[in-house]
Amino acid sequence: MVKRAGAIGGPIVSGAVFALILAALVAVMSKANWPISFGVSDWAVVRFTIWQAILSASLSVAFAIPVARALARRQFQGRSALVTLLGAPFILPVIVAVLGILTVFGRTGWSSQLLGIFGLPPLSIYGLQGVVLAHVFFNMPLATRLILQGWQSIPTEQFRLVGQLGLPPYEVFKTLEWPLLKQVLPGALALIFVICLTSFAVALTLGGGPKSTTIELAIYQAFRFDFDLGRAAILSILQLVLAGTSAMLALWILPPIVLQSGFDRPLMRWDARGNFLRILDAIYIGVATIFLILPLSAVVVYGLIGLVKVPSTVWFAAWTSTWLAVISTGLLIIMALPVSAWLGGSKKGGAETLTLLGLAASPLMVGTGWFIIIYPLADPQYFALLVTALVNAIMALPFAVRVLVPGMRQSLVDYGRLNISLGLHGFLVWRIVLLPRIRTRLGFAAGLAAAMSVGDLGVITLFANPEWATLPLQMYRLMGSYQTTAASGAALILLVLALGLFWICDYWGRYAES
Amino acid sequence: MKYLMTTTAAAMLCASAAWAETPVLKVYTYDSFVSDWGPGPAVEVAFEETCNCDLQFIGAGDGAALLARIKLEGQRSEADVILGLDTNLVAAAKETGLFTTHSVAAEYSLPISWEDDVFVPFDWGYFAFVHNVDMQAPANFRALAESDLKIVIQDPRSSTPGLGLLMWVKAAYGDEAPLIWTDLADNILTVTKGWSESYGLFLDGEADMVLSYTTSPAYHLIAEEDTSKAAASFDEGHYMQIELAGKLANSKEPELADQFIAFMVSDGFQSIIPTTNWMYPAVTPTAGLPDGFDTLILPQKSLLMSPEESAAVRDEALDEWLSALVQ
Repeated sequence: MVKRAGAIGGPIVSGAVFALILAALVAVMSKANWPISFGVSDWAVVRFTIWQAILSASLSVAFAIPVARALARRQFQGRSALVTLLGAPFILPVIVAVLGILTVFGRTGWSSQLLGIFGLPPLSIYGLQGVVLAHVFFNMPLATRLILQGWQSIPTEQFRLVGQLGLPPYEVFKTLEWPLLKQVLPGALALIFVICLTSFAVALTLGGGPKSTTIELAIYQAFRFDFDLGRAAILSILQLVLAGTSAMLALWILPPIVLQSGFDRPLMRWDARGNFLRILDAIYIGVATIFLILPLSAVVVYGLIGLVKVPSTVWFAAWTSTWLAVISTGLLIIMALPVSAWLGGSKKGGAETLTLLGLAASPLMVGTGWFIIIYPLADPQYFALLVTALVNAIMALPFAVRVLVPGMRQSLVDYGRLNISLGLHGFLVWRIVLLPRIRTRLGFAAGLAAAMSVGDLGVITLFANPEWATLPLQMYRLMGSYQTTAASGAALILLVLALGLFWICDYWGRYAES
Repeated sequence: MKYLMTTTAAAMLCASAAWAETPVLKVYTYDSFVSDWGPGPAVEVAFEETCNCDLQFIGAGDGAALLARIKLEGQRSEADVILGLDTNLVAAAKETGLFTTHSVAAEYSLPISWEDDVFVPFDWGYFAFVHNVDMQAPANFRALAESDLKIVIQDPRSSTPGLGLLMWVKAAYGDEAPLIWTDLADNILTVTKGWSESYGLFLDGEADMVLSYTTSPAYHLIAEEDTSKAAASFDEGHYMQIELAGKLANSKEPELADQFIAFMVSDGFQSIIPTTNWMYPAVTPTAGLPDGFDTLILPQKSLLMSPEESAAVRDEALDEWLSALVQ
């Protein structure tokens, strides 16, 4: 009976999401100028898109391995705070992070000034290096969490055993850690590769011209610079093929996303008690912390200064973004509940397909498609917020489903038979059995969705008219018109909004426990 | 969802209904025009004194993106006037069929004679690379390409100075233009979407030179009493920009739009231009040019393609530019 509730809603919602994306694709195809002609600069865009994603994924993971290892085997004050911080980039608006990164690593930023003291030339952030740096900032923590999770799956007894055997660190690595890494790393690499492949806001703000343009950015340019729907369409198809193929490959090896609880248990490591290793671990943890904390502190410090210079348009945009996030989160919950109940009740594999769709469909492709559909019928600007809310919800759906499905599955296994014998069905099952049990997960998923939506700078750039904007777009405009102080103020507001919305949802989920 | 659509529409209706008593004239322009230090605020005050209307300037990106915005909005656009296209965009703008003719006549002080029934010039200038005076500036594109100097330029797809630079190199070098771009590629620190971002980067010390105008140093001289900025004189000549405004055929306030365009070539508007937009006025105001403009460099040779010529070479030049810069 429980299955029936999800079994009707789940396929309907999944079908609707699929139809929405398919409609966009068909619209895009209808506008594309066939046959597709590809110039030197188009191939350069494809090359750059792939190359930056490879670099971003490898560097993120390479940096994450020692950090995860250090976190796995060290106990120190603030460790759980640091593990929480590693989750922050998930809900941090991209444009806020970019501003922070510019303040720290820009040509006139803190690190360049420091280099200047030693007579070294300033850093140059625009272009490939900036794009990769920002991607590492976002994805190194994700990689660390994924690897840490794997590391902590090694039973402590095994480490005790190798400790008793007196194996040197290299042998420990070979016998215990390497087999584990072999399992975790491909998934982490693939996931980050796909995420970076469809990156837009980072390339928009830190790309250095034609040389560092991603496909997603090229779609935006075709749209906003030339209003060339045919070209935007071709690029969209290209994006779908590229991201779709990679996502399919990534999916085989994708690690599941788990809640943060259970992360704060350090392993007892008998093999890593040497002073040298202690210092090394401390360095890794220190560098990672500084790398994450500095840009965030920059946002807060300059944000407080900039708050007084914030124009009223920013506050209005903040209001727009807030209710947009609320609607988007509502849509997400409506979609995610039946889908995850459906998938939780069925064998497996469904969640994976859905994730695939979410990863492969680029927001700008979907946005372009829907723009093309709406354009002949009505003013697309009137639908900007609706399309943005919907696309944001669709983009958050795979994350939400991955969070919810395990909880659903467990509840259905535990209570499915009881429900049948009690004759519970439909709404009652949801209210009495499912919702209370998945509430924590639901709160977390909703928080993720709300934060992602409020910080999103994607589809809105295609639809927005010049007179109003969401907060990330307004902030981007301020940065563009060189009102850095006001932009810093807007960044702080956006940061508080994203964290606040996440916290409210997450708190609602946890509140049930106590 | 339906509720959302209606509320959004309703919110927009309310926003315009609040001003219903006074007619509203919406002018789409480029971002720096509407900034606090740009001409927008002063022009708004001056025109509203005479028109009994509400003049709204709306920044819609840089000049070339402005045209894309109008194409995007098409017949539904709420704009009455577009201000900030230039001669290189005239052909493409006319092709949209969205603009209508004007009936304004003025004694232009442009270096060329201007006759066009759709677009009216409001200011003009020469493109140039601006640099700090403590630096030895190159004398032409070849010297610039050979130097280690870092420049910031604007994207020709979104910005009129960016497009102007494309035409500048094409007009000066013709078929050799791709080679010039290939050599220049390593001098380009970054390409920004609009002029404001570029100029901001330059003022922040990120680059040695920025693509701007021969008149830009006047801003530093007059507004900031700062003599440290100069425009590099290039011996190939300097490409000219004539900035234009046009009226949209679908304007709901056609008379007001006409009135605004007539005001645009009058003293009230033109006297604001030199010290806010830092360009030469299209019609020299009765008070003449402000002190300080006489210190600016004058090109030995001025370059300009006709709207037809620039439209004909635009796509090819853009391809050459893109191909050189992605290498």
